[in-house]
Amino acid sequence: MKAAIVVFPGINRERDMAIALEASVGRKPRMVWHKETDLDGLDLVVIPGGFSYGDYLRCGAMASQSPVMGAIRAHAARGGHILGVCNGFQILTEAGLLPGALLRNANLRFLSMDCHLRVERADTVFTAQYQAGGVFRSPMAHGDGNFFADAPTLDRLEGENRVAFRYATAGGAVTQEANRNGSARNIAGIYSENLRVLGLMPHPEDLVDPLMGGTDGKPLFDGLVAGLTDTRAA
Amino acid sequence: MAKEVNQALAREFGLSADEYANVLTIMGRTPSLTELGIFSVMWSEHCSYKSSRVWLKTLPTTAPWVIHGPGENAGVVDIGEGLAAIFKMESHNHPSFIEPYQGAATGVGGILRDVFTMGARPIANLNALRFGDPKLAVTKRIVDGVVRGIGGYGNCVGVPTVGGEINFHPSYNGNPLVNAMTVGIADQDKIFLSAAAGVGNPVVYVGSKTGRDGIHGATMASAEFGKDSEEKRPTVQVGDPFTEKLLIEACLELMATDAIVAIQDMGAAGLTSSSVEMAGKGGVGIELDLDAVPQREAGMTAYEMMLSESQERMLIIVRPDRQDMARAIFEKWDLDFAVIGHLTETGRIVVRHKGVVEADIPLDPLAEQAPLYHRPWVETPKRAALGAVADPVGLGAALETLIACPDLASRSWVWDQYDSTVGGQTVKRPGASDAAIVKIEGRRRALALTTDCTPRYVLADPEAGGAQAVAEAWRNITATGARPLAITDNMNFANPEKPEIMGQFAGAVRGISAACVALDFPVVSGNVSLYNETEGRPILPTPAIGGLGVLEDAAQAVGLGLTPGLDLVLVGATEGWLGQSLWLREIAGREEGPPPPVDLAAERFNGDFVRGQILSGHVRACHDVSDGGLLVAVAEMVMAGGAGARLLPGPAEVTAHAFWFGEDQARYVLAVPDAAAVLQAAAFAGVPAMRLGESVVGDLTLPDGAAMSVAALRTANERFFRAWMD
Repeated sequence: MKAAIVVFPGINRERDMAIALEASVGRKPRMVWHKETDLDGLDLVVIPGGFSYGDYLRCGAMASQSPVMGAIRAHAARGGHILGVCNGFQILTEAGLLPGALLRNANLRFLSMDCHLRVERADTVFTAQYQAGGVFRSPMAHGDGNFFADAPTLDRLEGENRVAFRYATAGGAVTQEANRNGSARNIAGIYSENLRVLGLMPHPEDLVDPLMGGTDGKPLFDGLVAGLTDTRAA
Repeated sequence: MAKEVNQALAREFGLSADEYANVLTIMGRTPSLTELGIFSVMWSEHCSYKSSRVWLKTLPTTAPWVIHGPGENAGVVDIGEGLAAIFKMESHNHPSFIEPYQGAATGVGGILRDVFTMGARPIANLNALRFGDPKLAVTKRIVDGVVRGIGGYGNCVGVPTVGGEINFHPSYNGNPLVNAMTVGIADQDKIFLSAAAGVGNPVVYVGSKTGRDGIHGATMASAEFGKDSEEKRPTVQVGDPFTEKLLIEACLELMATDAIVAIQDMGAAGLTSSSVEMAGKGGVGIELDLDAVPQREAGMTAYEMMLSESQERMLIIVRPDRQDMARAIFEKWDLDFAVIGHLTETGRIVVRHKGVVEADIPLDPLAEQAPLYHRPWVETPKRAALGAVADPVGLGAALETLIACPDLASRSWVWDQYDSTVGGQTVKRPGASDAAIVKIEGRRRALALTTDCTPRYVLADPEAGGAQAVAEAWRNITATGARPLAITDNMNFANPEKPEIMGQFAGAVRGISAACVALDFPVVSGNVSLYNETEGRPILPTPAIGGLGVLEDAAQAVGLGLTPGLDLVLVGATEGWLGQSLWLREIAGREEGPPPPVDLAAERFNGDFVRGQILSGHVRACHDVSDGGLLVAVAEMVMAGGAGARLLPGPAEVTAHAFWFGEDQARYVLAVPDAAAVLQAAAFAGVPAMRLGESVVGDLTLPDGAAMSVAALRTANERFFRAWMD
């Protein structure tokens, strides 16, 4: 799998993502500066977390206008895979590659803690190594993770089975208490129509090493390697 | 700014009559306004340490693993494998009272720059916070603003905030303390210093533009607060963590080349202190052309530019043949890069603006004739012995009250607002272990980090309290299995012109020194914040200690969370010391007696034994015994891990409440699979140890039979912050 991580000014989890990818892929990903415009030959483009442009406008709004976004759109149009985490998810919604928006957390405070995610479907390359209905633990750290979309959009996302993860209890119950940031219908991550673009708020890349307290996030990256390497071989 | 320069203006700028007379002697004429401004900030308490220097010189600062002690932007220690840890703690107290969010945020920004200016990538932030009475509305506003400010800055720059401490006491009502600590990692052969060199070399300004914010901030930080403190809001700077993040990346990119001769951040007193200190340390002169300084506002004067404390700026002496490459790096990161002067052989700082020489000062006398005061001081009187105190409530009720009190309540409301995982190397997050554990990327090696001070002990006995702060930092590192290496000290005291306050300072320094020597735990960096009093009411003396230790393998680290099926062993002797204990304050309503004595030999002996047991793999969890005493320590292990515990009665010769709530030092609770083996090893080593009980699935059962569920303990422990803030 050939993967690249896009770095916008103010992004700060690119190193975490590079470590997680290298652990699964076996080599370092390419780091792409936001002024670059060539993303040819890549299987996976990752937009990591952070505070692009300081989040001084709406989160992700400035980054969505960066030169590299044209190449990211072209990659998506080619059917390429994209993973956007946290600020990356916000950038994907601002760029229109995913629907909805991420608002201020419901309690108006930054939230940094572990959450549990229920896997809504396990037949995408992102979740192939999880079980449908299963739960995994993930750190999260954001001030604006409150997923919002209008009711028809939410109905459509659910109708098309495009909800990737929901905030849940450790036992898998989708409850209000588990939904710390107040996201609509407990949605933590969503797919594009072709299931090749995934955006999520939590940080599975920060839980891929037993030393950090667990490897719950590792199947996501292992699944990508297995799925996308097979695609190229075929 | 057509002010006439005279003694009255000098006094307004914080210079005494003697100090101003010395300025006149050095200059041989009346200084210009800009020159007076430069003298006043360089000779302020904040920049010159004029009241504390004679005492700071007595601190132990060396060890075989110390690479750079105090005197650089931060301390540097050898952590093995060719790596260095670079760290420092610094106060931002006065700004945080005036404007809590920005005061705390820029405190984090400033200490980050002190560390990455030496070539280190920052890998962890910690803090030590002191607030006033929680019943006051102003305290709530300050806590909320400070926590948001620390989070707002640290989260955005992407450096995990992994630890810290918080105390409440009415003495901080008008003067909260915000001490921020940053730890970074560099290769030992790529450490950057601030001494300028190379006559003719360009002086380069990088980072944010200069505005009118923070003018005379260093002078404000060197005065007591009165009723007009609110009016000082314009002296507080505004932080821009996004620019700081770009500055970190751009500086580290430039540091990977050979372009830099010297580098220093523009902190307190901004362009003045950075240029004066860099040239002074290098024994060269410096000429600045202020027309070239990137400016945020039109019409700024030389005085304003030299004294501005605008944030996120650095001064770099660059090799002339690398100037274009350096410029390209900063332009890539969309940061200002301006050559604003050059080094000279005159030994003077010459500042030009619009073709006029606005300042021309000889550097040597500016540094060497900076005021130095041997302030009069008096020894703090010893407190009378406490005598016997009866237990009015019983063990269970006291425990419930203690774990719910503001000083012991769970800090999760605070930690939950700090990103503690960014970087992907946080092995033990806040609350998981006595010291935070952060791994070094790409290595097995990890650092153990903590901040500690018990101000009520320092007030009652400055020397014992100073020693205790160092010992507790050392213990917290030891309790994870790590080897303690060095400390940074942040000395927060009230008005040094009062002999009893200076006596607190002197006593604390003596105690810190003794502990540093006994524990091989030298001071490698630090900061002094004086005049922490408002309308004549002093803060508790608060020498906050930031400690750093190293683990060869992060997998060896133990936390404090209890799991079932283990024996609980207490290491260290218990006399049942209730003087200055939290039990005495919260249960008996008395703040009396001497604090627990600190037996440094026992600290060393007991701690080395505990660390040996951990590294031999005999220990599943470990927690030092500090605020609240033994029963609180056990309860904290229960709440962190979720297992219950069944406790045995203590020894007959100590009353039950003194045994369980006394704050005797040099003690640890260990959770081990086999108590007999550990007790035998302790007996062999001559370390006092006893079995306390066992961990179980279920409740915490006290020796008197009272039982409390883990859930009930957690609810009591979580209540304070949630009820106060949510």
